[in-house]
Amino acid sequence: METRAPGRLQAILDTFAMFPDPADRTNLLLDYAGRFRTVPPEVATRPYAREHLVPHCESEAYVWALEQPDGTLKFYFAVENPSGVSAKALAAILDQALSGLKPAEIANISPDIVEQIFRQNISMGKGMGLMSMVQAIRSLAKAAQ
Amino acid sequence: MGLMSDIRSRGYAQPDVLVSTDWVAEHLSDPDIRVVESNEDVLLYPSGHIPGSVQVDWTADLNDPVQRDYITRRGFEALMSRIGATPKTKIVFYGDKNNWWACYAFWVFQLFGHKNASVMDGGRLKWEKEGRPMTREVLTCPATKYRAPERKDGPVRAFQKQVRAHVQAKGQLVDVRSPEEYAGTRMHMPDYPNEGALRGGHIPGAKSIPWARAINPEDGTFKPASELADLYIKTNRLKKDRPTIAYCRIGERSSHTWFALKYLLGFKNVKNYDGSWTEWGNTVGVPIEK
Repeated sequence: METRAPGRLQAILDTFAMFPDPADRTNLLLDYAGRFRTVPPEVATRPYAREHLVPHCESEAYVWALEQPDGTLKFYFAVENPSGVSAKALAAILDQALSGLKPAEIANISPDIVEQIFRQNISMGKGMGLMSMVQAIRSLAKAAQ
Repeated sequence: MGLMSDIRSRGYAQPDVLVSTDWVAEHLSDPDIRVVESNEDVLLYPSGHIPGSVQVDWTADLNDPVQRDYITRRGFEALMSRIGATPKTKIVFYGDKNNWWACYAFWVFQLFGHKNASVMDGGRLKWEKEGRPMTREVLTCPATKYRAPERKDGPVRAFQKQVRAHVQAKGQLVDVRSPEEYAGTRMHMPDYPNEGALRGGHIPGAKSIPWARAINPEDGTFKPASELADLYIKTNRLKKDRPTIAYCRIGERSSHTWFALKYLLGFKNVKNYDGSWTEWGNTVGVPIEK
């Protein structure tokens, strides 16, 4: 039995699981991609520092984790490939699901969530790139612990 | 005719294989034309596409779902029926990444002899940069009957056995991957994951000519024939009349080079080795150069 993800992430996974129709899942993913917001200039400006680049993501995604006064993390993303719709969708999901949690709650998120979210909307190469975004989030959370 | 003059003026061997964004815009409601988008990211088409276009996905539509191979004749017939194409329909491919995936789809269509096909020069990038219309509306095509011939790999596809013989005969090989992959210092494309080759390097005798050098990066269009000839023939000393095999990692980038060599420069016998490095770099006992 898989361990359950933290509350909001599990709710999102459950929502995706409710839609067996690929078209519905695609629309849900596009809805998230539409909610994507690039990292604000007060957090980072171009050219973004390479240490924030997600390795192996061909959409040139960047991620930042800012510690908040209450000990939680707030995540920010940039996706430099304008065609990187999947990366934007995942970034929006990760922000909604994980920003506001404490590092310990984030550090063990499974990269398998990518498969649960994208299912048929993914190729092997792209899947590995998106999993790298989750790995990057985990690493930032572990570093903040 | 005026719309085609730019492409025609570039000196290509077969200019009809490319159409301009202007031409596509003029033919959006032409029932004899089907515009097909092929991308790496499956979400890109549903996020917005050329009105009236359909999506053909390389993983779901072109690959056999079980074994490493392409769809069969029946699979191709079902695909063509789904996209509402008949053997007379002109298929116009376009996509992201400088038409890399569009050329790959074009190449697979040639395995079934659908020769009435073109690529939209500049692809999605140029269409978007020109501010042309995009829609999320997905066209539902009335199913057609399409009788395809059996897949004929011979003319455009190379298998490992042929590549080995080609190496022994010192035939022309083009490695279109990045210079780092060619040198064996990197096992995968920059910024892409490693998709599993156990050895790095290149096939002995292969010339390193990264695929994107055939493209004008600002708008994704193909360079004119004179510049392509400089690159492939003058600088890298490839000869048009000698059999040539292109390869990359899984055969997608090399289908772009295959397209440029065969149709734009008029190389007489070019094949795409789709097994490419993920097959060669994992095979026991094949020669590798670093």
